[in-house]
Amino acid sequence: MLQYVVKRVLLMIPTMIAISIIVFTIIQLPPGNYLESYIAELQAQGESVDPQKIAFLREYYGLDKPLVEQYLRWAAGMLRGDFGYSFEFNMPVTKVVGDRMFLTIIVSFVTILFTWAVAFPIGIYSATHQYSWGDYGLSFLGFLGIAIPNFMLALVIMYVANVVFGTSIGGLMSPEYIGKPWSWDKVKSVLEHSWIPVVVIGTSGTAGMIRRLRANLLDELQKAYVVTARAKGLPPRKVLRKYPLRMALNFFISDIGSLLPHIISGAEITAVVLSLPTTGPMLLNALKSQDMYLAGSFLMFLAFLIVVGVLVSDLALVALDPRIRLQGGVAR
Amino acid sequence: MSTIELPAPAARDADHFVSTDPFDPASATQLTPEQERFYLASQWKLMWWKFKLHRVAVVSGIVLLLMYGSTLVTEILAPYNLQTRNTDFIYASPQRVHLFHDQHFVGPFVYAQKKALDMDTLRREYTEDRSQPHPLRFFCYGDPYRFWGMIDMSVHVVCPAPGSTLFLLGTDRLGRDVLSRILYGARISLTIGLLGIAISFALGLVIGGLAGYYGGWVDMTVQRIIEVIRSFPELPLWMALSAVLPVTWSPILIYFGITAILAMLDWTGLARAVRSKLLALREEDYTTAARLMGAKPSRIIGRHLLPGFMSHLIASATLSIPGMILGETALSFLGIGLRPPITSWGVLLNEAQNINVVALYPWLMLPVVPVIVVILAFNFFGDGLRDAADPYR
Repeated sequence: MLQYVVKRVLLMIPTMIAISIIVFTIIQLPPGNYLESYIAELQAQGESVDPQKIAFLREYYGLDKPLVEQYLRWAAGMLRGDFGYSFEFNMPVTKVVGDRMFLTIIVSFVTILFTWAVAFPIGIYSATHQYSWGDYGLSFLGFLGIAIPNFMLALVIMYVANVVFGTSIGGLMSPEYIGKPWSWDKVKSVLEHSWIPVVVIGTSGTAGMIRRLRANLLDELQKAYVVTARAKGLPPRKVLRKYPLRMALNFFISDIGSLLPHIISGAEITAVVLSLPTTGPMLLNALKSQDMYLAGSFLMFLAFLIVVGVLVSDLALVALDPRIRLQGGVAR
Repeated sequence: MSTIELPAPAARDADHFVSTDPFDPASATQLTPEQERFYLASQWKLMWWKFKLHRVAVVSGIVLLLMYGSTLVTEILAPYNLQTRNTDFIYASPQRVHLFHDQHFVGPFVYAQKKALDMDTLRREYTEDRSQPHPLRFFCYGDPYRFWGMIDMSVHVVCPAPGSTLFLLGTDRLGRDVLSRILYGARISLTIGLLGIAISFALGLVIGGLAGYYGGWVDMTVQRIIEVIRSFPELPLWMALSAVLPVTWSPILIYFGITAILAMLDWTGLARAVRSKLLALREEDYTTAARLMGAKPSRIIGRHLLPGFMSHLIASATLSIPGMILGETALSFLGIGLRPPITSWGVLLNEAQNINVVALYPWLMLPVVPVIVVILAFNFFGDGLRDAADPYR
C-alpha cells in the first residue's frame, strides 16, 4: 500500500510539470511581452511610468532572459509558494488571492457532499424502478439539470430568492465578516450564504452522476449473484442493501475524478454571476485585463486541486475496495 | 471414335434414393418476407429500425432538423433583420398576438404599444393601446436583406402592418427585436457545435487511432497528454485560451478560433474510446491478414478497423455537441467568447448578465430557451443513437 501511495504521488510530479508548461505557454501567448503592453497602456492613459517599478518587474520575472529561464524562475517561485506578481493590483498574487483559494476549496467540497446526498437516493430509486414514471420524471429532471446553463440558473435563483425570501444574496458571507479573521460566526455565515451556489453548481454535476450511478447499478443488478440472492429468498431490500449498494458506494469515490473538474468549472462561472469571493470573478478579470501571471496562478491552482482530488479518490478507493489488488500484473 | 458410355445417374452405386429434381436451396429454410428483409438489411438500416422505436429520440431528431433547417432560411423567418434598430421602442415588452377585437374576429393582430417612463425605477413601461388592431401580414415584404449575403430580397414569413411593430419577444437596449436576433443567433450557436465536433472527431480518430494501433510508447505519450488535458477544469482553460485570442482579429476569425479552442479540449474522450477499441481489434485475425497482404497502417485503421465501431463513435460524438454549445454560450456570456456583430445565443445572453436586467426586462433571458431545447434534443437524440448503435441490446 505504502509503495502504491509513493508511486502515485511521484506520478503526480510529471503531470504537474506538464500542466505548468501548458499554463506558462498560455501566459506567454498574448503577443509582445506583458510589460511592454503594460507600459504602453499606462502611457496611453497619461500616467507616468515609474522606471524603478519597471526595472523591478523586469528583474522579478527575468523578462530579458530566455524563455526557458523565465519558466524555471516562475515554476521555482511557485514551489516556494510565490505565485507571481499581479500587474493589475500591484501586489504579489498571494496577497491578492487571500481567502479566495480556500473558499474555492470549501465551496467545491460542500458541493461534492451535496451532489452525493442528492444523487445517491435518486440514482438508487431510478435503477430499482427502471422504466417507471418516477424513473422517467427524475431522468427528465436530470437532463434538464444538464441542459440549463449554470449561470442562467444562478441568475434566476438569485432573482427568485431576492423576491421571495428577501435575502440579499450574492457574496459568500455577510458583509461584516469580509476581511475578518475566521471565527465560528463567520463559518456559520458562510454556510448560510453558500446554499445557492452549492445548489446551482451541484445541479449539472448531480444530473450526470445520477445517470452514471443508475447505469452502474443497473449493470450490477443484472449480475448472477443478485439472481442467486433473490433465488435464495432474500427480501429485495436486503439484496439491495447487502450487495449492489456497497458497489455503488465505491462508485461515489471513483467518480470524483470526473465530477471534480466539472464542479470546479461550474463554480468558476457561477461565482462570476453571484459575485462570490472565490477564484472565479478574479480569474475572469485577470483574463480580461490580460494580467496573465495572476490568471496563470489561478489555472495552476485549479488544476492542482483536481489532480490532488483525483489522487485522494484513487487512494481512498484502494483502501475501500477489496477487489483492487495492487500486486501482480495489470490485465489490459 | 468411341464414346464411353456413362452410367445413368440413378444407376450409380446408390443404395438410397436420390432425387433427380433440381435443388433450390431457398426451399430448405423458408423465410418469411419479414425475416428475409431483416437478415439482408445493412447495418445502418438495422440501426435506423431500432432508432425508430425510441420515440423521444425521433422527436428530438425532428426538432434538431427543424432548428438546423431554420438556419438556412433565417432571413425569411425573422420578422426583422439582425441589426434593425427601432429607436422608438427600446426595451419594449413582448407584444401579444390577439385574434378578437371588440368581440369580433379579426385574425391574428397586435395592438400598438404606448410608452411611459416610470420615474422611480427609470424603467420603460409599455402598455397596449387597445383602440385599433394592427393585423399581421403573412408572406409579405418587409426589411430588405441580402439572402445568404448574395441575393437582394425582402420577403418575410410574417411582418407587422405598415406603420406598426411586431416584437413577439420584446426588444433589447438598442430596440432590436429579440425574436429575430434569436433566430439569427441560431446560425452561429448551432454551427459552432457541428464545426467543433468535426474538428474534435478528426483529432480523436487520428490520435486515438495511432495510440491504439501502435501501442507502446506512442500509446504512453498519448495517454499522458490526455491525462494532463483532463486534469484541467474545462471552462477556466477555455476562458484562458479565448482571452488570449488577439483583439485585432476580425469577429469571423474569433469565431473559428473559439471553435478550435472548444474542439482542442474535447477530443480526449473520443480518442480514449478509439484507442481502447483498437487495442483489442488489432489482435484480430483479419487485421493480421490485411497486414500480411501489405496494407499500410492508415488503410488498416481507416478501412478495416474504424468502420466496425463507427456508428458507436458517431453516437458518442453527438452526445458531446451539447457541451460545446454550452461552452460557447458560457464564454460569450462572460464576454470573452464571440464578439458582436457576430451574434450567438451566448452573445445575446451577455445582455442579461446582471440581476437588474433580469428583474426589469426578463424577456432578455429568453435566448436561454433555445439553448435548453437544443441541449435536451441532442442528449435524447444521442442516447437513442447510442442504443441503436449497440448491437447487443
